[in-house]
Amino acid sequence: MRKVYNLEDLDCANCASKMEEAIKKIEGITFASVNFITQKMILEIDENRFDEVIKKVIKTCKKVEPDCTILM
Amino acid sequence: MESIHLTKKEKKKLIRIILAISFFVVFFVLDKSINLANVFRGEFNWLLPFFLYLIIYFIIGYDILIKSIKNILHGQIFDENFLMVVATIGAFTLAIYRGIIGETIEGFDEACAVMIFYQVGEFFQSYATNKSRKSISKLMDIRPDVANVKRNGEIQIVDPTEVALDEIIVVNPGEKIPIDGIIVSGQSSLDTKALTGESMPREVSEGDEVISGSINLTTTLEIKVTKIFYDSTVSKILDLVENASSEKSEAENFITKFSKFYTPIVCLVALILAIVPSLIWGNISVWIYRALSFLVVSCPCALVISIPLSFFVGLGTCSKFGILVKGSNYLEKINSANIFIFDKTGTLTKGNFKVANIFPKEKEDEVLKLASICEQGSSHPISKSILEFYQGEIDENYTITNIAGQGIIARNGNDIIYCGNEKLMNENNISFKTINDIGTKVYVAKNQEFVGSILILDEIKQEAFEVITDLKDNNCKAIMLTGDNEIVAKNVSMQLGLTEYKSSLLPEDKVVETKKIIDTKNKNDVVCFVGDGINDAPVLMLSDVGISMGGVGSDAAIEASDIVLMKDDLKGISLAKKIAKKTMSIVFQNIIFSISIKFAILLLTAFGITNMWLAVFGDVGVAVLAILNAMRVNLKQK
Repeated sequence: MRKVYNLEDLDCANCASKMEEAIKKIEGITFASVNFITQKMILEIDENRFDEVIKKVIKTCKKVEPDCTILM
Repeated sequence: MESIHLTKKEKKKLIRIILAISFFVVFFVLDKSINLANVFRGEFNWLLPFFLYLIIYFIIGYDILIKSIKNILHGQIFDENFLMVVATIGAFTLAIYRGIIGETIEGFDEACAVMIFYQVGEFFQSYATNKSRKSISKLMDIRPDVANVKRNGEIQIVDPTEVALDEIIVVNPGEKIPIDGIIVSGQSSLDTKALTGESMPREVSEGDEVISGSINLTTTLEIKVTKIFYDSTVSKILDLVENASSEKSEAENFITKFSKFYTPIVCLVALILAIVPSLIWGNISVWIYRALSFLVVSCPCALVISIPLSFFVGLGTCSKFGILVKGSNYLEKINSANIFIFDKTGTLTKGNFKVANIFPKEKEDEVLKLASICEQGSSHPISKSILEFYQGEIDENYTITNIAGQGIIARNGNDIIYCGNEKLMNENNISFKTINDIGTKVYVAKNQEFVGSILILDEIKQEAFEVITDLKDNNCKAIMLTGDNEIVAKNVSMQLGLTEYKSSLLPEDKVVETKKIIDTKNKNDVVCFVGDGINDAPVLMLSDVGISMGGVGSDAAIEASDIVLMKDDLKGISLAKKIAKKTMSIVFQNIIFSISIKFAILLLTAFGITNMWLAVFGDVGVAVLAILNAMRVNLKQK
């Protein structure tokens, strides 16, 4: 399932690519792209495990860039 | 003059920057004129300048400090915030150390300046990216907010997604058409600029199909909905634009890889620089100072922001001209595309076929009448031209069989009508008279008896000449694939000066031919297919870059192609190539510029030729210049 999320307060471009790297490593994510300029995140998530995976994504985001929030 | 609009966060930061700079100027002037360290004499004379500069440091850098502590707790070591903190606190400590051992006190001002510059750079980056983000999303401001639906004689205002098929919507002047449909009453002009880049308004009246996203200009229209919102043009386009940046270019991937190694390596070298030389030659404070300067330059921000920004502005500029590019990788590819395969009908030629001549064996009318029986119900441009030309009645009692690549056979009892090309005649052993004129020929026969033939002509698009010449000037090959016969194909090819053409191709042959071209190309060749998006989805997908034209309204084309020219104008190809070239050269400039400046500063710092002031330029200044350069992609194109 492909989902697009808006991000708020994603302040640094380098963090965006770090976030992308980290999210890509989460199990259940087949594709991740974090765009600093459009402040958007595109994810391909395993539908069957959506809730579990998205929780991990939020946690990872907070870890890499504490200021940034994912708008659901 | 556009007003400067800042977000709350930016405003707060700006106030802090101004405050810090004013304090800094006062303390700096005081320090240089009366030397703050001499105000109190003795062992602790460094305390006064230390505290004064510390105030500035906290004003400007408290958020960075907090962030870096948080990140350390999360295990993010090579975080730019943290590196800045290490560099500046290091400079502070070094200054204190100098004060304690009785050397001249210097370094407090530097530490503060580094932090101030860093924040100024961050502020500018955030401002610049916000601004270009806004200006580009404004371009694509085609999303309709509401739809006025006529239900039970009343007009209800609902969300466009809630409108069902065949409902009637009302669009007032000044409003956007929310959903695709057909006009049932009213006559108006539409502004389709946001969709196609075409600035001339389009005149529409009853019976015309209209696409969502266009703006109604003059009078109220009533429109019957033919597609639900999610299938409407506007939805498809927004979907494409929003997902545009998901596919990254090679340049962007390079930067990601580069930055992954750059920061750790610079930090490692800094560590070595702090320890090894001072063990050999002593003078530890000098080497630590140089190492700290290294850390200031260690963030690859200039690259990490400016490269995607260049692509973003490039994609935005394209969409301004009605050219939708699905990802920055395609912008990169179209720049190096050198083999262009064109579909003929509707792409190089206008596709509005007209009956040019009729060669009857006996009666002209009979030829047309029989041909019309065969062609009825077909949407093929050739069929349409015949049906348009024939004004009489059509007998509908025939069963029609389509024979791919040959034509049509219509049967009614014992009557059989053949209508098609030479192949069809030959296959069915009908003797006929060939025409030697250039054009598409349709031969008509009834019950093995040749009746006559029709000559149909298609006009070459005026801009095709320009575009093909332009491509050839840029050392590109232009190849045409067509289902038309050899003579027509050769004629078009000669007129346009094409490199190569393949004629008499069935739709599946086009796929085979394209595959052949792709298989035999050199490693660096990039194959680009240009078609009108009808029936050529497989070829669009197969080629490195698939371009469909006049794609508005055809969602299959939008899905299959990588670049969509919303205006049915070949010049979009030259334009896309031009914008891509500009984008790529700016990307290249930024990569070379940023990397070489950074390495130069690192080198000079290692030998002690420069100081931290220049290092902070290497970080912030380069980023600012690279961003300004990135924004140039847009500025030069009007």
